[in-house]
Amino acid sequence: MFIVKYKKIFISLSVILVVVSLVSIFIFGLNPGIDFKGGALMEVSYSAGRPEVSLMEANIKKVNINQALIQPTGELGYIIKTRDLSETEHQALLSSLAFNNKYPVLEKSFTSIGPSVGSELTRKAIVSISMVILAIILFITYAFHKVSRPVASWKYGVITIVTLLHDIIIPTGIFALIAFYTNAEADTLFILALLTILGLSVHDKIVVFDRIRENLRTGDSKNFAEIVGTSTSQTIVRSINITLTIIFVLVPLYLFGPETTKNFALILTIGLFFGIYSSLFFASPLLILVEEWQSKNKK
Amino acid sequence: MIKKIILAVVILIFGSGIAFFVYKTEPKLNNNFETQNAFFKKFPFRLGLDLSGGSHLIYKADISAISSNEVGSSMEALRDVIERRVNLFGVSEPVVQVQHGGFISGGGEQLIVDLPGITDVKKAVEMIGQTPVLEFKTEASKDAVQNAIVGKDGNITIDLNSQFVTTELTGRYLKKATLEFDQNTREPKVSLQFDETGTKLFAKITKENVGKKVAIFLDGMPVSIPTVNEEIPNGQAVISGNFTPKEAKLLVGRLNSGALPVPITLLSTQTIGATLGESAVNAGVKASIIGFILVALFLILWYRLPGLIAVLALSLYTAILLAIFKLLPVTLTAAGIGGFIISLGMAVDANVLIFERMKEEIRKGHNIYDGIHAGFSRAWPSVRDSNTSSIITSIILFWLGTPLIKGFALTFGLGVLVSMFSAITISRIFLYALGIEKSNSFTKFLFGSGFKNLN
Repeated sequence: MFIVKYKKIFISLSVILVVVSLVSIFIFGLNPGIDFKGGALMEVSYSAGRPEVSLMEANIKKVNINQALIQPTGELGYIIKTRDLSETEHQALLSSLAFNNKYPVLEKSFTSIGPSVGSELTRKAIVSISMVILAIILFITYAFHKVSRPVASWKYGVITIVTLLHDIIIPTGIFALIAFYTNAEADTLFILALLTILGLSVHDKIVVFDRIRENLRTGDSKNFAEIVGTSTSQTIVRSINITLTIIFVLVPLYLFGPETTKNFALILTIGLFFGIYSSLFFASPLLILVEEWQSKNKK
Repeated sequence: MIKKIILAVVILIFGSGIAFFVYKTEPKLNNNFETQNAFFKKFPFRLGLDLSGGSHLIYKADISAISSNEVGSSMEALRDVIERRVNLFGVSEPVVQVQHGGFISGGGEQLIVDLPGITDVKKAVEMIGQTPVLEFKTEASKDAVQNAIVGKDGNITIDLNSQFVTTELTGRYLKKATLEFDQNTREPKVSLQFDETGTKLFAKITKENVGKKVAIFLDGMPVSIPTVNEEIPNGQAVISGNFTPKEAKLLVGRLNSGALPVPITLLSTQTIGATLGESAVNAGVKASIIGFILVALFLILWYRLPGLIAVLALSLYTAILLAIFKLLPVTLTAAGIGGFIISLGMAVDANVLIFERMKEEIRKGHNIYDGIHAGFSRAWPSVRDSNTSSIITSIILFWLGTPLIKGFALTFGLGVLVSMFSAITISRIFLYALGIEKSNSFTKFLFGSGFKNLN
């Protein structure tokens, strides 16, 4: 079984990918969305043609909003990002953008989030991710408690978490790279995408581990590495097919879906790809490695 | 065998019924929506603010002046006041909710106000910030002009405002209202305590109106119209009546909230224009349909006959899930639609697991019937465990998440639950109902997959 044979290569490849992703996150950084850091976002559209960015900037400065990021959107619109605004400031900004009705402006959406709401959300995001990870370890430990030999069931849980970190860090690294060029922000939906990757990737690992569990109970082979190898190859078609079906729904969501969920679909697709990779080529080799260490220590 | 076919037909009819219900209750699909039975009009999809357009406001409540054991009731009272003000604004289906601070959410006590269809934040913020008016009114003389309104149904309602005349006594003079229980009858009643000026005014009003009604108006609407039994000089009034304890408690909350019980400041606002929301809905629907077609094509091309059955199960799954969204109802947001779309991909997971297993078992030498049977029973533990982990994840997200995450977790979690039923029960019944038992080259083609037939 090639997974068993080349396990060190697969593990090294995963480690390299994780390291490269961490470097990418470190260099490019993640640009937190206004829902985390606070701030205001306004989307406007000019039905009769939009004014130049420089004109917009000058007018926004006039209403005492000093730093504004102005990005064109679509043919006729702009997205304007500023610090968080009070309702009075919001109205002042909106009326300044109409240039005394020279450019009739339509406000499509406006969001202003105070910094305290943002810090609360950050806290919630951290708590949710930790709770999901904890619940997963507990569940896997429970679900595999009957297969404590030769590898203790909690080790399946820990291996799952290690591979989950792999599955989350790589898409985050890729996102940091993309965001560097597209100015995409790490907002609530980004966190939601990571959490969904967590869920789907555990789903995958359980299917592979379940097959190992079954083969350990009924299989003829005594060799743990061989059982893991066989089990992985038995589930490989299923794993690829199910990832394909989910990617089949994510690609239209990215191409045709609502603007708000575009990045969400993109990160999920990347995450799913690496999730399936790690179920087959990272989790299984790790499991064999753990078992080998155990038997070495016994001797 | 006959039994299995009947069962399959029953499920098909039942499923078509659900699909028909979804179609009938959707104004965009059903051209005769307006003219049909009122029952079907009750269940449109409920769209979140990001899809329907509207305003989302978050207020921070300053509870520093309130003792900790009264925070809960003060926040409830605050919510009632804001809810009434919002209702006066004529918003359809506003949502006003209290979000308590705590370990998980951090932050303090917050009030979240959702105003569907309202994109004029300025007006909304002004209206919510205004002080409400608590008034005491006395009966107008019998011969005063009364306004009556003839309703569309032909009923005549007398305008209550014209039946009463305004007095000087207002909420400004109310010290506090408390909930009490009558010592003899144990009936709940509401007792009011006026301040000094209020006491004098109240004594005068009651003296002049013994045997008549005094109405208590809040924001121009009568909340209680008690009858005066005697002059009351001590500034204490009791409103007794056929209150349930809950109603009495509500009234106390409302009376005490003559002014906002808790000062609030606006933390964040979000407004989404209706056109933006509508284009998001259209985009979401388009993405769902294309996603569904791609998954269906893949299943049929790769898994052939079982794939076709899976597509049938997936169609039923979609109908059932959409009906649940309508009946519960689930408030759909862009993230919620995302959750639904992903669940479309996930829903076939169990089928893929089972079909791969079936093929393996048939290759091992089982005939097709036994192969189907073994495929289902062998695949069950992994279907159960993997879906359980997805359900656990969605429960945690629903429990801890922000509204956006909750919307996703709900559609996703419901999707996983329904898919366990559709992918296992429904597709099994259909596969058995086909009654294919013998293995010959044709059935081996039907049950083959990918580029290979079974051999």
